[in-house]
This record gives sequence, structure tokens and C-alpha cells, in this order.
Amino acid sequence: MDEITMDIDVEYTAKLARLELTEQERTTFQAQLDGIVKYVQKISEVDVSDVPPMMHGREIVNRFREDVVRPSLDVQTALSNAPKRVGDEFLLPKIVEGAES
Amino acid sequence: MELYKLGIKAAREGLEKGDFTSAEIVESLYKRYNEVNPEIGAYLYFDIDHALELAKASPKAVPIAIKDLINVKGQPCTCASKILKGYLSPYDATVISNLKKNSFIPCGRVNMDEFAMGSSTENSALGVTRNPYDLTRVPGGSSGGSAAAVGGDMCIAALGSDTGGSIRQPASFCNCVGIKPSYGRVSRYGVTAFASSLDQVGPMTKSVEDAAVLLGALAGCDQMDGTTPEVPVPDYAKLLERASMKGVKIGVAKEYFDVTGLDPEVKRITDEALKKCEEAGAELVEVSLPHTEYAMAVYYIIAPAEASANLARFDGVRYGHRSSEAVDVYSLYTKSRAEGFGPEVKRRIIIGTFVLSSGYQDAYYTQALKVRTLIKRDFDEAFKKCDCLLTPCAPTPAFKFKELQDPLTMYLNDLFTIPSSLAGVCASAVPAGFTNNTKLPVGVQFICPGYEEGRLLSISKAFEDIC
Repeated sequence: MDEITMDIDVEYTAKLARLELTEQERTTFQAQLDGIVKYVQKISEVDVSDVPPMMHGREIVNRFREDVVRPSLDVQTALSNAPKRVGDEFLLPKIVEGAES
Repeated sequence: MELYKLGIKAAREGLEKGDFTSAEIVESLYKRYNEVNPEIGAYLYFDIDHALELAKASPKAVPIAIKDLINVKGQPCTCASKILKGYLSPYDATVISNLKKNSFIPCGRVNMDEFAMGSSTENSALGVTRNPYDLTRVPGGSSGGSAAAVGGDMCIAALGSDTGGSIRQPASFCNCVGIKPSYGRVSRYGVTAFASSLDQVGPMTKSVEDAAVLLGALAGCDQMDGTTPEVPVPDYAKLLERASMKGVKIGVAKEYFDVTGLDPEVKRITDEALKKCEEAGAELVEVSLPHTEYAMAVYYIIAPAEASANLARFDGVRYGHRSSEAVDVYSLYTKSRAEGFGPEVKRRIIIGTFVLSSGYQDAYYTQALKVRTLIKRDFDEAFKKCDCLLTPCAPTPAFKFKELQDPLTMYLNDLFTIPSSLAGVCASAVPAGFTNNTKLPVGVQFICPGYEEGRLLSISKAFEDIC
């Protein structure tokens, strides 16, 4: 593995994660995460040829159930924690360019 | 005797005999809360009216303190984060319904590291929790509020959650019994997700018997959580009646003892624990788990990866904090999340996003999943030679506030609890003694194969009896 390309770019990754960082956070996190990423790179020394990935906490298969309607939260309850709402809908900033919000 | 001092067993006996009612226990706990919570800070929230209402509806129910990431209908569920300020749970988690079906009621919500990310409860955005054994020290974490409430006699018992050691390490720091059930043993429905392939809810109690009763109430198959299998739940409390160390094969793994950073007092207490078990008739067997040294690295790839996906749901749209600065969808996400999450949560989201991002996924995430298989195989091999493992629970006793400033140093606290979490097996923390000079509690960890909670509890009880 090429050591240089294995490094973390905090500013870029935070954008992918939809997380705005202050200048201070960017600097601090870059230093801290460089250390953590360097630490976790030690797994690259393990020979894993022919080892399957462990995808979950135990071996499980899909469990199916009948597709029937069951009682669920009513609209008012489901909306009760909305930061902003209009009637029975969530209110959001304008999403589509040029549309009226 | 003050009712708040009781454990589950004694409380149930008194309730059965009619010595007192559930409401009287709640009143006693509330009095205790008012007296000591300003200092210890175990609770974030204690709604006396709601607790009394539940207690009056079930006069023989035992109140249980709930970690602040488990939904209880009508109550806040903040995960100790600013992003969930003002949130009220619209439904009960399955573990809460299960408690109610088994003569328990939720009573108060206890502090934690924000979204269960941390080992000292210092990452809570909502308050400080102090160790009841030494107020200058942390209670451990992430279930630090649960541990401080149990260790400080501020509850009868508590629910915690464990992803990489969040029940066991604080239990060790605060002199409690804690059980990390096997993956899938307890439903996660209604429990705020941190790392979905690792998270488990479990009991934190004043005795092993109490842990057995409480786990029995929590465990079982749930249609709302597809990872809970239809494996019957034995009567754990009944199994304890025959608890004995005689003939128990205890695995001793050098990977858990030859470790830099293992505090000499923790080592002494763990060595003495092994000796006591041997004197009581157990056989010590040398075992090896050769991939242990990679467990920390594997965990700090897999857990943040899963967390970054789980925490994507905090987008300021349906619930949780929304930034007032948001002008479009992009800034709605980035600003709401920036304002709502604390530094440790941000760090983990960034690491998780990084190890899953294009170009890095194979080298980090997929490689980690493969090494996780090897870690699991280590346990499978070890359990061919022994009934359980006995290890230190945490490398040190409770440390002081702000003592561990560097995130990576803090992560190393979970050195001994992470491998069993990755393997999906069950483990306990059981009080084993106190350090000589500082008089701080230290627990040891027992680890058993998956779905062998009955064996785990029996061995833990036998140890408690000789300790």
C-alpha cells in the first residue's frame, strides 16, 4: 500500500459527512485523526487471504414476515418532534433551484 | 434501612411481603436523587410524577434507571447530545416493554457519553457525572451515569448499553456487576444506534443475582429486531442456585496480561482473582488469542463506520436540532450537524466516513471485517479448551477528570473489552477488590461463548461468593 494515499484529508471527508468544521476544529481534528488513522493501519500487516469478512455480530440470515399492515405511529405523533412543520408535512428550506419555497 | 439501598432481589421480597410499595421505593429514590445528584450527577432527568404514576399502576414493580439512549414513551431521549434537545420519545423501546411485562418500571434517565462514544462520560454535552467512590474521578463510560447510579445507591439497578465495553468498564470503575449480552440476545428496537453490529443493552446491578433477573426480563426474540434469534431464554436466576467454581475450566490468555499500560494494582487484583478461583476448585488453563493486538484497530474502523451511517439520520429534517442559519439543503445538513454534535461524535463520523469512502474502503473497512473474522475464530478456538476466560476488565482503575486528553489514549481503555464485543460473545464485569492506596474499586471480566449467558452468570455468581 502506498503510505501517502492512505492519509486522511479531514476537510474533504467532513464535506462528504455533511459536517461544517471551524478552522480550529479542522486543525485539531487533522492532528488527532492522523494519529488514529496511523494506529488503525496496523491491520494491514495481517494476512487475510482466504478469510471471509465478518459482516455482523453473529451469523444471521434474512428473516421474513408476512407483509401485513400493522398499527404504527399516527401522523401527529410522527410529526411531533419535527423542528418545523406546516399542517401534516415537514417544512424545509427551498430544495429545487428556481422553485418557490 | 433506606429503600434506595436495596437491590432487585431484596426489593422484590419486600414488595411481595407488603413491607413497602413501588411508590415508596420511587419516593426514597427521589429523596436520594435530591440529596446527592447535584454532586454525583448520575441522572439527567427524574420525572417524579411520571415515575409515581407508573409505580401506582404497578404497585409491586421495581424501578430501574434508564440510560439516556433508550426510548421511553413521553420522556426525553437526548443521548446526552445537544442535537436531541427537546426530543420526546413517541414509543417505548422493546426493552422497556419487556421491563414493564416483568414487573419493572423505568425511573429516571442517566447520563452517558454523547451517543455512547467515550469511556469516561466526559463527552456528555449535558452534564458531569462523578465517580461515587472518588468525586475527583470519572465513573467510566459510556454508561457512566448508570454505573454511578448503581455504585452510589441512587437506583435499585440500571440499564446500560455496551458497544465496545460501555457497560463493563464503568461497572469496574463503580463497583457494579455489568453484563454485556451476546450479540442479538437483547432487542435493540428503540435504542439509539451507535454501531449496529456491536450494540447490546444489558443490566448494571448491585449483585450477580440481580443481573440474572434483569437480563431474564430483557432478553429474547423480538419481531422488531431481525438480529434477535428464536433461542429460548433460560431461567437465569434459577441456574444460579447451583453456581460453583468446582471443575470450572478458566482460560487465562497471556494477551490480556502481558500488556503495557496494565496498572500494577489491577494486575494484582486480577491475579488474586485467578488464585481464589483455583482455590475454590476451578482449573486454570493457558489459552492464546493471537489476534487480540489488532482488536482495537479493527474496532476503531468498524464502529465509526457504522456510526457515520447511523448518525446520518440527524439531518435537521424530521427531528433533532435544526440550525437557524440554514438557507438551503446543504447548509441545513452541515450547520445543523455542526451545531448539534460534540467533538468526539464529529471525530468518529469523520473517521467512519473516511474508512468507507471511495479508494479507502478495501484497505480499511473490508480488511477490518476480515481481521474481525480472525478475532472471532480466536475465541472459538479458546473455548474448545475452557468454559470461560477471566481477564482484567479495564487496564486501570477510575482515572481523574481531564487525565486522558488524547482521543487515542482514551480509546485504549477498552483494550480488554473490545475483542469479545467484536466476536459477539457474552461477558460480565464483576467487582473483585479495591486498590491498596487509592481505595478504588476494580472489577474483573468473565467471557463466555455466545448465548451462554447462563454459564456466564453462574461463574460470575460463584466468583462473587468467594470474593
